[in-house]
Amino acid sequence: MSKRLFTLVLTLAVVVAAFGSFPVVAQDDCDFVGEVVVGVIAPLTGDIPKVGQSTVEAANMAVDEINAACGLTVDDESYEVVIAVEDNESKAESSVSVATRLIVEEEVIAIIGPQASKQAVPTGQVANDRETPMISPWSTNPDTTFDRPWVFRAAFLDPFQGPVLANFVAAEFGATSAAVLYDVASDYPKGLAENFRDAAEAIGIEIVGFESFTLGDTDFSSQLTSIIAQEPDVLFTPQYYNEVPLIVQQARELGFEGPIVGSDSWGTPDLIDLCGEACEGLFFSTHYAPDIATEVGQTFISAYEEEYGAKPDDVAALTYDAFQLLFTAITNANSLDKEDVREALAGVELFEGVTGVMSFDEQGDPIKCAVIIEIKDGAFTYYDSACPAGFPPE
Amino acid sequence: MEFFVQQFVNALQLGSLYALIALGYTMVYGVLLLINFAHGDIFMVGAFLGVFGSITLDLPFVPTLVLSMVLTGLLGVGIERVAYKPLRQASRLSVVITALGVGLLLENGMLALTGANPRSYPQTFITTRVYDIGGVAISNVKIIIIVLAALLFAGLYTIVQRTKWGMAMRAISYDKFAVPLMGVSQDQIISLTFLLGTGLAAAGGILWGVAFPVLNPYMGLRVGWKAFVAAVVGGIGDIRGAAAGGLLLGFIEIFVPAYGDSIGISSTWRDPIAFGLLLIILVVRPTGLFGVARRQKV
Repeated sequence: MSKRLFTLVLTLAVVVAAFGSFPVVAQDDCDFVGEVVVGVIAPLTGDIPKVGQSTVEAANMAVDEINAACGLTVDDESYEVVIAVEDNESKAESSVSVATRLIVEEEVIAIIGPQASKQAVPTGQVANDRETPMISPWSTNPDTTFDRPWVFRAAFLDPFQGPVLANFVAAEFGATSAAVLYDVASDYPKGLAENFRDAAEAIGIEIVGFESFTLGDTDFSSQLTSIIAQEPDVLFTPQYYNEVPLIVQQARELGFEGPIVGSDSWGTPDLIDLCGEACEGLFFSTHYAPDIATEVGQTFISAYEEEYGAKPDDVAALTYDAFQLLFTAITNANSLDKEDVREALAGVELFEGVTGVMSFDEQGDPIKCAVIIEIKDGAFTYYDSACPAGFPPE
Repeated sequence: MEFFVQQFVNALQLGSLYALIALGYTMVYGVLLLINFAHGDIFMVGAFLGVFGSITLDLPFVPTLVLSMVLTGLLGVGIERVAYKPLRQASRLSVVITALGVGLLLENGMLALTGANPRSYPQTFITTRVYDIGGVAISNVKIIIIVLAALLFAGLYTIVQRTKWGMAMRAISYDKFAVPLMGVSQDQIISLTFLLGTGLAAAGGILWGVAFPVLNPYMGLRVGWKAFVAAVVGGIGDIRGAAAGGLLLGFIEIFVPAYGDSIGISSTWRDPIAFGLLLIILVVRPTGLFGVARRQKV
């Protein structure tokens, strides 16, 4: 009996593992002379599996589309795009090792991913050292691309997002005091918490509580009780969708009635399932809102909905944009040499993606707008936009 | 003052949960001298059976709790029969490694069965109400957890101290060679120990899931080792020790960040200080708060 059970479990595990590599439909009527392998690193298991799922879905869509159009054309010859997907288990060390594997063994032309800054910051070092272009779709921590000419991203930066949120709470709620609760063991929340604090203090919002917890914690009652005792106007918590429901519910249980505001890490639809009523009416900043998408965006959103039966979240949209950026760069470079692709990526200007118009600055970071989303009637709804000064140019 | 009372209630909730899980470690150790490292993952299975009961079978809270405790208890007995009993004469190291293996099997088996997406109980499972008592916010969830944990502990303590089964358990813990000579079945008593210990872990799992409604297959890892530390600090092998150790850990984890700031220690220092304090307790009392030194018979 136990042996049979074990076999069953093992079989299931193999099925799940196999699920990670989707087959790519090849076109017969294109004369492909070869393959271009693109590495994808995503958190398929671990804390934020939904992020991994969105990544793979968007990657498959981008690749299927380009292959249906006879792949990438370099020197008038067609190359089929193939993706090699690796799971980083939402861990920094796994991310580093799969990145090395992708570069050395799969000989990828570029890496798309990892998503969370915790993995993207160390993995960017590997890509830079091994001179392989990497585009992290979702990472917003400055360190990911800082002083790394080979590393790019599709998302805006936390030093931009922090002031956007500080200005928002001042304008929307007339907040004069705020408190922050964040995970000190993770690059993204820690960086953004500090950016928000500095930006808020600069516009005269007093930070009355700046409390942290550590990876894997589920009980925040001590920190929240301390925060609530200081009576802040708003609570800001830049955490992921698996922690936000716990923080919001515990804050309400402890008697906090003010608004709770978040950042782009909130934007996974599973948040609504896990949080339910408690998150109704809350705001967060993110990369795009399906309701105000441009034509490029609309095409992607309807195709994605048809394929997977759900609206793409920000991870899917950014991953798709990252692929389009890479394809544009390869086409512009007209070369499959990694150095040429890197140069072309750095030169991308006013690229029109699903998440809006973007240009790269000298650090490989895009200049683009942010949106504010309200959780309304169990859905993410567009509320407002915030752009860098003088962007996009008329 | 309100601040202190609020933190006290917070600590009582967290401590009660640690205590419920620590009881399973301490009972198994008391009877078999085995550290059941699969216990944290059994706790996770209990929480997931709660999802099965509340969502798949659409049961209310109490039947779900009972169902999960019974099924998890039987799973515990099954694990003992299949994985630990054949190794009863083997070295203790082999059994500990086996326990770690069982834990990995449960974790990854659950991952394969339910996927990696976090789960939660339905909104209607326990509708949260918050009572404001003199400036202290107390939710019905906290009351249920604290009261239920206290009742379960009192029930267990009565079984161990006042019944013949309990006497047999204590006897095996004292001398496992003499007890079978008195006509008491060692296997039955060991099964009973696993039934009770894992049943309590399941109760802990469901209450944990109500208090912290994001469940994933790895949830047992951290909670498991914290409860293990609580059991050791309390004096592993003694159920009063497990309860005391669990509560103590809960109180330290809540009060260090609560009052650390006022003496210039940020909440980041919670774990180093919490475990530093526990280490000091073990240095002063190596057998834990309630433990007695066991003399090796030669």
